[in-house]
Amino acid sequence: MSASNLERVLRSGAFAVTSECGPPRGADGEVIKKKAGLLKGYVDAINITDNQTSVVRMSSAASCFILKGLGFDPVLQMVCRDRNRIALQSDILGAAAVGISNILCLSGDHQCFGDHAGAKNVFDIDSIQLVAAVKQLRDEGKFLGGEELKAARPDMFIGCAENPFGDPFEIRAMRLAKKAAAGAQFVQTQCIFNVPKFEKWMEMVRDIGVHEKMYILAGITPFKSIGMARYMQKSVPGMDVPEDQIERLKGVPKEKVAEEGIKIAIETIQRLRQVKGVAGVHIMAIEWEEKVPEIVEGAKLLPRP
Amino acid sequence: MIVANRKPFEEIVELIRPYKKIVLLGCNECVTVCATGGAKEVEVLASELRMYREKEGQPIEIKEHVPERNCDPEYVEPLGAIIADAEAALSMACGCGIQFVGEHYIDKPVLPAVNTTFDGVTLEHGVWSERCLGCGNCILDKTLGICPVTRCAKSLFNGPCGGSHDGKCEVNAETPCAWQLIVDRYKERNMLDKYLEIQPLKNWSTAHHGGPRTRVREDLKL
Amino acid sequence: MRLTYPTNVKIVKVPCTGRVDIIHMLKAFEQGADGVYLAGCLEGECHFLRGNLRAKQRVAHVKELLNECGIGGERIAMYNLSSAQGQRFAEIAKEMTEKVRGLGPNPAKNSRTGEKK
Repeated sequence: MSASNLERVLRSGAFAVTSECGPPRGADGEVIKKKAGLLKGYVDAINITDNQTSVVRMSSAASCFILKGLGFDPVLQMVCRDRNRIALQSDILGAAAVGISNILCLSGDHQCFGDHAGAKNVFDIDSIQLVAAVKQLRDEGKFLGGEELKAARPDMFIGCAENPFGDPFEIRAMRLAKKAAAGAQFVQTQCIFNVPKFEKWMEMVRDIGVHEKMYILAGITPFKSIGMARYMQKSVPGMDVPEDQIERLKGVPKEKVAEEGIKIAIETIQRLRQVKGVAGVHIMAIEWEEKVPEIVEGAKLLPRP
Repeated sequence: MIVANRKPFEEIVELIRPYKKIVLLGCNECVTVCATGGAKEVEVLASELRMYREKEGQPIEIKEHVPERNCDPEYVEPLGAIIADAEAALSMACGCGIQFVGEHYIDKPVLPAVNTTFDGVTLEHGVWSERCLGCGNCILDKTLGICPVTRCAKSLFNGPCGGSHDGKCEVNAETPCAWQLIVDRYKERNMLDKYLEIQPLKNWSTAHHGGPRTRVREDLKL
Repeated sequence: MRLTYPTNVKIVKVPCTGRVDIIHMLKAFEQGADGVYLAGCLEGECHFLRGNLRAKQRVAHVKELLNECGIGGERIAMYNLSSAQGQRFAEIAKEMTEKVRGLGPNPAKNSRTGEKK
């Protein structure tokens, strides 16, 4: 077992809670400190996104290092879009060296979504190969080129992401099985609004026994406004927002919409806790980190173990 | 075939601004098939350029010539006289052809009238689509004939990514998701269990990533 | 019908407007025409099935080409009429003539017009 707090919580059988921080669009570590400060005591680990939606932000590794210094358990998100296998392995070793114990291996949104659409992308290896790479470095002490590590192996709790609502729907459980076979130990899903469809996916996942091979954390995002809900429904790749949730937001007075959004998030967590195989939640309150404590408390997930 | 697009007119006009006498080269192969630089397109561009320059009060003499190919010495060597006679060559051939002519006639500018884009196929009359990036190590047998390097925007070998939606790629709603296509094929042939196999790392050194490539057949060299 | 139409209209007969290619339209302008129009069968009544539809697409493309090289896409048009519509034929000729007169002479016209290049 690694030094990861998240791993400890999951292995103990407790329902885990993780959240995430988006780093700033500048060289200011204080922003990370402030955001993380809001989450202290409410989460088991904090993800730092890696140039999410291909928008340049302070690096995930540096932000994780700041978090580590404040006593948090950071989850280093790493995409395959911007770095080749040389840089990826190098960053994994570096992260481990400064005490980062969790890594989330992702493909990465295409650069066309971000502020540097003319950039060259890398995609030297894909997310599943990255999972396997971390496992190889950790368990075999070998680089991808075959040579042996000459110093300590990176001790990491390996994670991945999955989108239960992505297409083709029928292979989404198989894809998770592939990630588990490659070495993924936990998965954080894309945010869930369509609970029945998620339950269907979990059924497929349980059918092939993947819920016993890795810890599944269900993604949650509270709606801040009707505009945000609509945007996620129409413009974010791989998102499934049922119309009735937007209707629910429309059904309350304007000043109560955010509150209703939080209510929906709490109810969703409570429903997801009942789903067999769900080992925790991953709360993504984008630019709304201050609401995470309210959500965690409202879903009766305190105190954290 | 190699697919190219004609450059915007204003760009072409700028390229030939200093010249009063040029030769406009086309090619009878790839750029003809993708209706970019064949005989028809050469005629049309020459006509447009002449009218434009007349209007500007700076008439230009354009000689049109469409060799069979621009990428073999047999077809490029005979261009000597036409090129000697002109101040510059404007070429609608693909990037290979433009360079090759330039390599043979180093004292004359050989200017690109097209942007060369991809290696592809004709889907229907007037529509061409990318198929091959020339990675140098073909695995089409493993993916049942659909190339994940070229047809997946992220060149995933263990796709799809989370952005695949309704069979389309997150980058462009018109682009089919390559991994949807591959999974569909696996299904059609009852091979869905193959999907669980983890594809190993790609060795990119056979692609352009390993440096500009040359192929030699010793038995053919004279 | 003995109707009159302007004398500046030069008619080039083709078996179908589908026979007219992009270069034919451009060459007309290159050789000094101030305006060009295609008169094809009514849509749905092309004797060769879709020739007039192909012509329509080509005329639209030539409009773009004429705009980009500075001659002006308004100088070309596609018209549809049946061979029985003598009145309409004269009308179109007058209409197009007036339109092109309003646009002025072809800006690419000069003393070298008419020479084969």
